[in-house]
Amino acid sequence: MSPDFIIAILITVIGASTPILLAALGELVVEKAGVLNLGVEGMMLIGAITGFVVAFTTQNPWLAVLCAAAAGVAASMIFAFLTLSLSANQTATGLALTIFGTGFSALAGQGFTGRPVELFRSVFPAELATHPVWRLVFGHSPLVYFALIMVVAVWYFLKRTRAGLILRAVGENDLSAHSIGYSVIAIRYGAVAFGGAMAGIAGAAFPLLLTPQWAERMTAGRGWIAVALVVFASWRPFRLLAGAYLFGLVMTIELYAKAGGGVLNFVPSELWAALPYLATIAVLVLISLRQRTSSSAPACLGKPFIPST
Amino acid sequence: MHSDNAPRLELLGITKRFPGVLANDHVSFAVKPGEIHALLGENGAGKSTLVKMIYGIMQPDEGEMRWNGAPLAVSNPRAARRLGIGMVFQHFSLFEAMTVLENIAVGMDAKIPARELEARIRAVLKTYDLTLDPHRIVSTLSVGERQRIEIVRALLIEPKLLIMDEPTSVLTPQEVGQLFETLRKLAAGGCSILYISHKLHEIKALCDTATILRGGRLVDTCDPKVETSRSMAEKMIGAGLKDIVKPAGRSFGPEKLVVNKLSVPGTGEFGMPLREVSFTVRAGQILGIAGVAGNGQNALLDALSGEILGQDAHAITLDGKSIGGMGTTERRRHGLCAVPEERNGHAAVGDFSLSDNSVLTARDRLGFVIAGLINSGAAKTYTGRVIADFAVKAQGAGATAGSLSGGNLQKYIMGREILQKPTLLVVSQPTWGVDAGAAAAIHQALVDLAAAGSAIVVISQDLDELLSLSDTLAVINEGRLSPPLKVGEVSIEEIGLLMGGMHGEHAQAGAQEGASHAVPA
Amino acid sequence: MQFRLEKRAEPSRLMLYATPVAAVILTMVVGAIIFSAIGYNGLGAVREIFLTPLTNSYKWQDLGVKAAPLIIIGVGLSIAYRANVWNIGAEGQYVMGGLAATWVALATYGMTGWWILPAMMLAGIAGGAAYAAIPALLRTRLGVNEILTSLMLTYASIQLIYYLVRAPWKDPMGMGFPQTRIFSEAARLPTVIPTTIVHLGVPIAVIVAVVAWFIVSRSVFGYQIRVVGAAPHAARYGGFSEKRTIWLTLLVSGALAGFAGMLEVAGPFQRMVPGFPTNYGFTAIIAAFLGRLNPLGVIFGAFVIALSVVGGEVAQTTIGLPNAASGIFQAMMLFFLLAGDILVRYRIRRVRPQNVGAV
Repeated sequence: MSPDFIIAILITVIGASTPILLAALGELVVEKAGVLNLGVEGMMLIGAITGFVVAFTTQNPWLAVLCAAAAGVAASMIFAFLTLSLSANQTATGLALTIFGTGFSALAGQGFTGRPVELFRSVFPAELATHPVWRLVFGHSPLVYFALIMVVAVWYFLKRTRAGLILRAVGENDLSAHSIGYSVIAIRYGAVAFGGAMAGIAGAAFPLLLTPQWAERMTAGRGWIAVALVVFASWRPFRLLAGAYLFGLVMTIELYAKAGGGVLNFVPSELWAALPYLATIAVLVLISLRQRTSSSAPACLGKPFIPST
Repeated sequence: MHSDNAPRLELLGITKRFPGVLANDHVSFAVKPGEIHALLGENGAGKSTLVKMIYGIMQPDEGEMRWNGAPLAVSNPRAARRLGIGMVFQHFSLFEAMTVLENIAVGMDAKIPARELEARIRAVLKTYDLTLDPHRIVSTLSVGERQRIEIVRALLIEPKLLIMDEPTSVLTPQEVGQLFETLRKLAAGGCSILYISHKLHEIKALCDTATILRGGRLVDTCDPKVETSRSMAEKMIGAGLKDIVKPAGRSFGPEKLVVNKLSVPGTGEFGMPLREVSFTVRAGQILGIAGVAGNGQNALLDALSGEILGQDAHAITLDGKSIGGMGTTERRRHGLCAVPEERNGHAAVGDFSLSDNSVLTARDRLGFVIAGLINSGAAKTYTGRVIADFAVKAQGAGATAGSLSGGNLQKYIMGREILQKPTLLVVSQPTWGVDAGAAAAIHQALVDLAAAGSAIVVISQDLDELLSLSDTLAVINEGRLSPPLKVGEVSIEEIGLLMGGMHGEHAQAGAQEGASHAVPA
Repeated sequence: MQFRLEKRAEPSRLMLYATPVAAVILTMVVGAIIFSAIGYNGLGAVREIFLTPLTNSYKWQDLGVKAAPLIIIGVGLSIAYRANVWNIGAEGQYVMGGLAATWVALATYGMTGWWILPAMMLAGIAGGAAYAAIPALLRTRLGVNEILTSLMLTYASIQLIYYLVRAPWKDPMGMGFPQTRIFSEAARLPTVIPTTIVHLGVPIAVIVAVVAWFIVSRSVFGYQIRVVGAAPHAARYGGFSEKRTIWLTLLVSGALAGFAGMLEVAGPFQRMVPGFPTNYGFTAIIAAFLGRLNPLGVIFGAFVIALSVVGGEVAQTTIGLPNAASGIFQAMMLFFLLAGDILVRYRIRRVRPQNVGAV
């Protein structure tokens, strides 16, 4: 195992973790406000196709990411309107959003399948970005740094700012927050929009960071893994970071196993492919075993807000 | 006109109407600066509505309020707080997973840096000699400590008037003492306190003045230090002690329900456990269980109905058979029917029709189930009987339970259980929120059921109701049940003291002491 | 002019039945507009998708064959969702049922006997139920959310197909393609209408729906499901165990999905291939909602979904509409249904601006 090999693996891990981290951070904020948005996979796909198309046509990855975020917000607003203003069932609406996102991205991606696009490369000078050692720090796409910054930002927002405090209060006890005088619905709309933007950017990371092309359903369930990750992280941003990197590791193993090599050849490649999903179940079981008494989920998660007049 | 002698708060002819009920009927009284003023009355007397108007949650329909002599209009709680009116609600607005400091910060109207807020909190705690750790998570705190958060929230606005709504119903005796110290300090500093309660001995110990409400009207404003508990109780409940009309020499049948040292752990993190509850009910007898909410009534009902199972299967016997290990369905088969306190969502399913609701509890006992299938015709017929016999105003057996008014739903639920002719019927809060006519019908039905040979246990916060219905009375407090007292032989004061937390002989001693103070002419 | 939502005394039965129909119609209208806006023949798309399959008798058998698995899976899901048990992994249970049936078919390859098909049915049912038992166990024992577990298992099950058809079950005569042998005669579903592809599964589906409707509306089990879903506390009061209900509903919906898997592998497919998972497990979710979680309604919902799928294929050949368009129509139907849901419980009232009175 040469140092070069290790660095290559680490870079792959970091890359693979980034979309999950971004999507999960967004969903964490949404759930902290008391809303369960299961449409993450759908929003990611919408972000992926938007990011791809814009990058393909304008060659501008920054614009692509921005548009992907906007598309994610737009998609999330469908969900928000149905669940917050019309009190529709959050589970069903989230599912509907995922189905919609899958279909929409497939439709919009017609004719783009397999077409190549430029990766969103590091903005640092080439000497650092491609340096055999320093590339570990400087060689990443801006999306990677953005994700890491967002971890800190989300943590700070929730823990240290008044706005974050109020958001948490809304997720803990919406009726109390309402009686104190806060607009529960407005705050939740904002949280859902943030989640949509993050999911959109996460989706854009697939063509712009991982595989520089478009393929239908290219997110392959990562959105769902992100939702599970929020539970695993007990709604804490830094634990989320650790969890995302754990999954990045699992997916990297899958990649290298597929490429073949040594002991890994004895295990069928399909098992490696199934590993992230089985691992998700495993971590959910683990976290349930560790917390038998009380759950750290926001108390109002998934419940519609019905103010008593 | 502002005058130094003007009362801090004055209410003149305050009236509030809701559909079907007159909550406050031209109520007028005044609170002086630095005075601890009790607002006394039973559940439903109109106390909560009144203070909600003072705090700006509602607006009165008629009448006016004055603040230090000047006219007062409070449009919302924020405006109230700006004026210096603070309120500590009976039901806290707290966020379990957040710290004390965060909870207080959320409740503040302005943004205050955390360090400054913590300093202010600590100053308040010091001034009033309170203990509270700002960094503890609320879910780990006891109820008394949680209340302290609410109190600190109110104290931080430097209130001129502090409203406390039934603050001691969930406190231990020691915590009550500490609370009183805090309130006395506050009053000494010039803050007026409006203290809502129905606990006579506390009001006597703490308050300077007492305003008594009954049925939305003001009955009297008096000095609790001079009045006796008995005279205040009479004003609170009604003229004179109710004559308990029960045919003398009524004999009861054999023992039906024997509960022996029933202990059940509390549900959830802060549920009230049952501690060695023991009592017996005979055929034809009505046992009333009095107590302030939150002392284990729901745990008792769930333990009797079978929703919660205790460890000892023999702790509960019905007709000689040990039923303590049986679930609800089996207990029903053996003749035990129960009516829980919560109507919609527990005793009945709001989205279901009345006919479907009958299936919920009566299906086994009355044979609605044949080969795994529900005989909806039989359920419908039964429901029709319940509706007719109990005069339930509904659009027929197919009406959804949620569409019925509270009183009618309660009549249906009571009827559904009573017409199953149970050996033992346990009901919690049978006439809470029910209009007088429906309440009378329910009471009559219970008395008739007992006369037919059933044993009945009535758990209620309405002393009036218990005294008119029960043959024997026990009081539940902190999960413990007092020894049963014969209704004809016990005084209201004794009961009140038991409800307020004094046990056994202390209650009787206290009652005798109270009786020796003559009421001034 | 302001609107206000006012709670109805009773949920509106009219709205209950009208909203699914309205959702479909709205989808057709809005879909036509949107597709026209992005450059396709919007009206033509809607016509080809929703109307042509109905008028073209050749397409009816297609509709029946596509609706059958949707009905069976949808019925199972409607039972689970009524009890507030969110089985999202029906696709995985469908796959496992198909795999289990395949195993029986391969084990009895070349044999004949009337018992082979029933054995495959049992295998399919058992496979689906066993796969659903996993989320049931995790939910009742550990409180793990069944949405995530059932969905993760779906992804895993698809990998299992890929492995099995690539290695142990590969057709030795198949020129290296990842697929099993074609099933022998005894392991294939017979057609019930000669010269069509309408196989035994189609009438079975209708029977399943009717039987399920009967059980849900008449039996104690059906009552139990409804109570647990509507008011868990009242269910406990009435003597129903929430845990037992979770188990039963997951097992039933898993069994039905597995059964559908068997019917598909023995009917249209007649072998196991990587393309076996055709999303029935997910579109059945929409069918269940369109049918208002009522087994008979699911027939309507399944029919509409089947229409959109068959119609989508028609539109692809006649006007070049991409296949993915059906997915969008399906999602739109669900969105409109969910949006219309509120009209069942609330009515819209116009609010006249009030005079600000003196208080």
